Amino acid sequence: MSAAFTSTELLIAVIARLLEGCRHVVTGASSPVPGAAALLAREISGGALRVNVLGATRNNSFTNGGVELFDLAAQGRIDAFFLGGGQIDGQANINLVGAGRYPDVEVRWPGSFGSSYLYFLVPRVILFREEHTRRVMVPRVDFISAPGVSPSNVYRPGGPYKMVTGLGLFAFDRTRCRFRLESVHPGHSVQEIVDNTGFDFDCPGQVSVTPAPESSVLQLLRGRIRGEIAEAYPRFATSLAS
Amino acid sequence: MLTAPLCDLPALAAMIPNGAQLAVPSENCGVAMAATRELVRRGVRGLHLVCVPVSGLQAEIMIGAGLVETVETSAVTLAELGPAPRFTAALRDGKIRVLDSTCPAIHAALQAAQKGIPFIPLRGLIGTDVLANRPDWKVIDNPFRTDDPIVLLPAIQPDIALFHAPLADRHGNVFIGRWRELLTLAHAARHTLVTVEQITERDLMEDPERSPGVIPALYVTGIAEARRGAWPLRFGADYPTDQEAVERYVAAARTDSGFRDWLQAWVAPRPAQALA
Repeated sequence: MSAAFTSTELLIAVIARLLEGCRHVVTGASSPVPGAAALLAREISGGALRVNVLGATRNNSFTNGGVELFDLAAQGRIDAFFLGGGQIDGQANINLVGAGRYPDVEVRWPGSFGSSYLYFLVPRVILFREEHTRRVMVPRVDFISAPGVSPSNVYRPGGPYKMVTGLGLFAFDRTRCRFRLESVHPGHSVQEIVDNTGFDFDCPGQVSVTPAPESSVLQLLRGRIRGEIAEAYPRFATSLAS
Repeated sequence: MLTAPLCDLPALAAMIPNGAQLAVPSENCGVAMAATRELVRRGVRGLHLVCVPVSGLQAEIMIGAGLVETVETSAVTLAELGPAPRFTAALRDGKIRVLDSTCPAIHAALQAAQKGIPFIPLRGLIGTDVLANRPDWKVIDNPFRTDDPIVLLPAIQPDIALFHAPLADRHGNVFIGRWRELLTLAHAARHTLVTVEQITERDLMEDPERSPGVIPALYVTGIAEARRGAWPLRFGADYPTDQEAVERYVAAARTDSGFRDWLQAWVAPRPAQALA
């Protein structure tokens, strides 16, 4: 391997950049990459950013039980959160329940978790899904765990902000209800993204390459962040380069 | 002799009847796995399992063993180990009914029961297929504002809450520390059954540092001592998940017969705990 960083390290660094300017970021269940990214962003911010990692004890300051995350979100005290999905469509609808006609789905996934609520309330929801294929990026999700946009009378201070996949970085325009490709990760191409996406998205004539992680970032990731994320995600931490 | 509410594990499990609405916490809090094994041994049937707000290995095993008729949950997941195989198989074979929910809805519905009110409003949800598939949830117009639709959820008052905690005293007070959802759960449920790592001779209410993290005996119907009672799952800072044991489970549970063999070994009487 000639690459000086792994694809996971790139994704962590990309997500950490999206958290600039946030005051408080929370990461949810089954979110090792966002968890590592939030902890990295905290390091880079010099500790100004507050981070709560669900599933951690040390990196979790909640004292009012599982409901506290949702109460904080409803009060506007969380700036960014992460959601994924077995399916994501071009309107940023996400499906965490299953593929096929609900309830008799052909493939069942764990369930909607807090998405049906947090997608409405957290200003910067970052969609993260490493697998970027037509299986995931579908024309229309089979089940809406949470919709990308809502009618104007629905209370909705939050919603989709960016989408990070294994191939590139997208922004979501809530007014136009469309994704726009912002950058392509090193080693991939716009054509590859088009070929692997089941929906239309906006694509500028010139798309930049996602910047590689700085060496100082890699050093943090392989040292302190690797240790911190191990508390909630021991298997993931072991898989990270050291 | 154990005096109420203290009892042994089989007696604790015997307090959960067929068809009960049983609420259990996520793996972030103490999951009563030793008690779950007793429930499987007893062959309880027809449970309405409420996961607060998600579950993993516990729901997976109870569903695989045929204890569950309905599961109300925001997710069933084995986290880093991937999908829960018996949950997935039971859904595919139509053996269970799933009431798909979302985490804050389960928390809020328990809070309604805690307050003794019939329903509670919750933001979000509008336009989701979660809401579309829950005829028991309603959308109303905010009566205090115009053109502001909001969802109402009926209270969830479980028949029984079951979880694992670090410590209890002989009066029936249970120390839960930071895991406040267990307090809400105990307030909401008709009966609370707890397994604990340890029973102390001291009165937990007399310790001002501990008492704010205590569920008072008022809410507690049964307590059984079960050392390493969350095993093979992690229990706070006391012990981590036994990854090897859980991985053995996942490997076995890929097939129905693999799961049956695993289950038989798990419930067999034995002096020492071993998962496979």
